[in-house]
Amino acid sequence: MDWIGQYNYVVVFFLMMTGFYVVVARGNLIKKIVGLNIFQNSVFLLYISMGKVAGGTAPIVVAGEVVYSNPLPHVLILTAIVVGVATTALGLALAVRIKEAYGTVEEDEIHAQDDDW
Amino acid sequence: MIFDNLPALLVVLPLLGAPLCLLLSRGRPAWLAATLVSWLVLAISIALLWQVRAGGELHYAFGDWAPPWGIDYVVDRLAAYVLLIVAAIAAVVLPYSWRSVRRELPTRLHGIFYTLLLLCLAGLLGIVITGDAFNLFVLLEISSLSTYALISLGRDRRALTAAYQYLIMGTIGATFYIIGVGLLYMLTGTLNMADMAARMAAMEGSNTLHTAFAFIVVGLALKLAMFPLHLWLPNAYAFAPSVVTAFLAATATKVALYAMIRFIYNVFGPAFTFGEMHVQLLVLPLAAAGVFVGSVVAVFQHGLKRMLAYSSVAQIGYMLLGIGAMSVTGLTAALLHLFNHALMKGALFLAVGALVYRLGGSRLQDIAGIARDMPWTMAAFVIGGLSLIGVPGTVGFISKWYLILAALENGWWPVVVLVLVTSLVAVVYIWRVVETAYFGVRPADAAPVREAPLALLVPTWLLVAANLYFGIATGLTVGLAGDIAAGLGAGLGAGGGAP
Repeated sequence: MDWIGQYNYVVVFFLMMTGFYVVVARGNLIKKIVGLNIFQNSVFLLYISMGKVAGGTAPIVVAGEVVYSNPLPHVLILTAIVVGVATTALGLALAVRIKEAYGTVEEDEIHAQDDDW
Repeated sequence: MIFDNLPALLVVLPLLGAPLCLLLSRGRPAWLAATLVSWLVLAISIALLWQVRAGGELHYAFGDWAPPWGIDYVVDRLAAYVLLIVAAIAAVVLPYSWRSVRRELPTRLHGIFYTLLLLCLAGLLGIVITGDAFNLFVLLEISSLSTYALISLGRDRRALTAAYQYLIMGTIGATFYIIGVGLLYMLTGTLNMADMAARMAAMEGSNTLHTAFAFIVVGLALKLAMFPLHLWLPNAYAFAPSVVTAFLAATATKVALYAMIRFIYNVFGPAFTFGEMHVQLLVLPLAAAGVFVGSVVAVFQHGLKRMLAYSSVAQIGYMLLGIGAMSVTGLTAALLHLFNHALMKGALFLAVGALVYRLGGSRLQDIAGIARDMPWTMAAFVIGGLSLIGVPGTVGFISKWYLILAALENGWWPVVVLVLVTSLVAVVYIWRVVETAYFGVRPADAAPVREAPLALLVPTWLLVAANLYFGIATGLTVGLAGDIAAGLGAGLGAGGGAP
């Protein structure tokens, strides 16, 4: 298959690596969460892409349609989105508490304040 | 009737108990509810182990949707064995938690604390019992999210950064895991583990399969803190409330390791894992490095909790060495250490929790000369420490014995030397504590302390007694672990292969 046919997957892995890079490389706690979100969302796209059936319609019973997209990945991702929201909320809540305790959300400044790690 | 529903009740009970604790909101009723739930769960897990002791499998199809379409809960001996560990630790830790939590946490958080602990328990039990790869992810996240919140409850502000760091690394691990499961679903069209394994046989040499395997193994390795992916662990254990540390150290990494064993042996199969992917080439050096680095770094820690946390990194290395040995004996050693490490680290962290209860801290300088005032607590620590070192008569000896046997079977002398040397390093770091506590002199201006209350000592000594009991009466653990390993590793052959 030519790579145009796998356009979705190219985008998915580009986003995945972008998000992963942001999580690893950034020292700002909020930016890390943003990167984590991009990383997780790329996985959602991966699942949705694999559920697509060429020429298929939405998985709803409609007269005259016989080819449907696979609904299972959609359902799985609905769950994963909920998990992602919970993770983001918890991460941001922790960032707020860290800001209150340290006065900063930059990782190196936090480490500088607790040097006896 | 109720007997048929035990596999479901095991997870549903703590899941229902959690909101109940939140509604009760006040500390004591919430604690009583949580303790009751944990005891019921222990009873259920014993009943399950009893039913499958001869080697059968229990299946529970959720909502009566037959597998592979519905979610299937599977209890075999391996699952029942790990369930027993998790449930037993929870049942011991929860009675202990009341006094300790009251000392370490503000009153308004008590209800939430027990809610989170039960959620974490539900997630961990679910991971063990589920036969569905995606369901495992959801339960993994339930236990992880509650763990992050539990760690952030620690008094020190560094608990917050530790929880944050764990959140980032844990989420990356879990996301890697669903990427892998997604690729497997793409390939096989199923999420049921048994079904997946059956369909995978025809897909030899597929690149997608290799990629999926890599994502799943790395994702789980992050959760089980395989060296060098262990960076979240020391701080998380050091700054979490004492009860949380004891519970997590004894259960969380073990459950992730269980998931890894499940995937290696039941989903991908040992032939694919070791023959085609050559995982042992990656796992063995990293496990050996983890054992060595974890033990050595532990010697240089000033806090007892951090010291034991680094020691945990080393102990996980021992379990991975057992898996990497690719033999039935190696797998037996890994399973034994999974059980035994839960007992010894549980006992040690509960003893440290008792020290924190009286002293307010657990740095080495805090405990100078404390053995005169808290003899029972320190005695528990010493026996737990001896077990960690692997002195005969304790459980630590049993698992290290089997690990050395497995290494000898393969002719791996360097591994034997490594296990012996790192055991000696363990002597060093345990001795530092013993020396300070028994031969140190308490500062003259220090406030007088008394022995920890019975509510803390009894659970601690229960685990200490288990350390000694299973160190001498090895029939249950060795017999069970050996049977499980023989069942899983049927394709391995007794000697395994050279790497």
